[in-house]
Amino acid sequence: MSTAVLKTEIRLFRREPGALFWILLFPTLLLVILGSIPSFRDHHGDLGGLRTIDVYVPVAVLLGMIVGGLQSMPQTLTGYRERGILRRMATTPVRPSTLLSAQMLVYGGAALASALLSLAVGRLGFDVRLPKQPFGYVLALLLAVLVALALGSVVSALSRTTKIAGAIGSAVFFPSMFCAGVWLPTQAMPHLMARIVGYTPFGAAAQALNQAAAGHWPGWGHLGVLAMWILLLTGAASRWFRWE
Amino acid sequence: MPVIEVTELRKSYDGRPVVDGVSFAVEEGEIFGILGPNGAGKTTTVECVEGLRVPDAGHVRVTGLDPVADHARVARVLGAQLQESELQAKLTVREALELYASFYPSPLDWAPLAERLGLTAKLTTRFAKLSGGQKQRLFIALALIGNPRVVVLDELTTGLDPRARRDTWQLIEDVRAGGVTVLLVTHFMEEAQRLCDRIAVIDKGRVAALDTPAGLIRRSAGATVISFTPSAPLDDRDLNALPALASIEHKDGRITLSGTDETVNAVITLLARHRITAHQLRVVDATLDDAFLDLTKEATA
Repeated sequence: MSTAVLKTEIRLFRREPGALFWILLFPTLLLVILGSIPSFRDHHGDLGGLRTIDVYVPVAVLLGMIVGGLQSMPQTLTGYRERGILRRMATTPVRPSTLLSAQMLVYGGAALASALLSLAVGRLGFDVRLPKQPFGYVLALLLAVLVALALGSVVSALSRTTKIAGAIGSAVFFPSMFCAGVWLPTQAMPHLMARIVGYTPFGAAAQALNQAAAGHWPGWGHLGVLAMWILLLTGAASRWFRWE
Repeated sequence: MPVIEVTELRKSYDGRPVVDGVSFAVEEGEIFGILGPNGAGKTTTVECVEGLRVPDAGHVRVTGLDPVADHARVARVLGAQLQESELQAKLTVREALELYASFYPSPLDWAPLAERLGLTAKLTTRFAKLSGGQKQRLFIALALIGNPRVVVLDELTTGLDPRARRDTWQLIEDVRAGGVTVLLVTHFMEEAQRLCDRIAVIDKGRVAALDTPAGLIRRSAGATVISFTPSAPLDDRDLNALPALASIEHKDGRITLSGTDETVNAVITLLARHRITAHQLRVVDATLDDAFLDLTKEATA
């Protein structure tokens, strides 16, 4: 791993106002908007006594990962391949895989920063309790980031051009947001739907985060689903990824 | 030991041979040209030298190392300028130079290099905002920044204006004077004739000829071009019977013949015998252009 490449990619990421907004600010902004609706600050029986704003913090946490992993990263990676940037790097002593790892660190780091921001704003602005089981929460968070990056890598592996990457990215983006609970938090989903969603990468992540937030160790079932998706998607991405 | 050694190199795409048994060796400190029509297999050949492609058969050695198996070691001594590549759109010239310098154990100082390539005023400009010529000059700088023993330049001066082109040629000569071996892919004859010590003409995936520029011209069928306007018509049979004649052309009463010195003597004798005066008689050496067309035509036939 070349630190110079990583530093450069961080610098370049900071020059992308679109990515900065959608990954770092948008999830928290959404949280702030929802939190400004008075009824969302009332306790609900069907959310297990939680307020709407409480259940939307994990959703906002996942949202940054989904935007970064599925929308932004595949665009960048596919663009790097399409425009011969990977090829140019392949003629230097630094392998083009360095650039891919740097990209993943940048987007993974940005998604985690976005998650921290959501947690902080939730805590300070709306009195949402910090996760009661922090270690379980961190574990679920890291697995969620990995699954987002792996899914994004599969998207760029399958896309020959940035246009295709955009199309596939969007096709995966909306179902992922649904599973994460953007429209209907997983706690509010009908039982069967919640079960099915629990087998998807972001549904499992959402449920694991909810459990940790409530003070339980996240269910091994959910963590197992996440781990399985990470293995599967990483394998698929490395099998199908083309360097040019 | 040659710095670059290519032996019986073969590479096919989808069963279609693109490089079909190419061999050549580039000696230390040489500027070696690869010349050929579009689609002849030039770029694929140098991509195998750069380690970007794995040959189907044959072998490639750069300073005795395999560019695929020993990629990291080869990449440290070989600088490359690719025909089509870009950098990150928002990376500035200075950042690109610093980044690429960081990849090598003993890189050149980027500031004088940027100065030499006329990039100093553009150091804070982002890659996407550079003109075609500026991008090209940046890529030449990046090929040299690692202080390489060998540089491979593919379509070096494409996109440069005539002045920048001449400056770049001077730069390449200076680089070679510093002991660097240069492998140059071009389809630009003037460039090959001016820079190259030796040239491999590649056509249809094979080496059609390998010689010095002067040698290529000398051995092509029409090394000498004779043109004149005869004072009276000449018999075509007499002209066609000229020794070592490569081609004959009539245009507006002017005759242009190509052949060898022998042809020149025979034409003069022929004219004298028929008491015909040759107006505006010109005898010139063919250019590399003519030699190239002749060589690649031969391979087609």
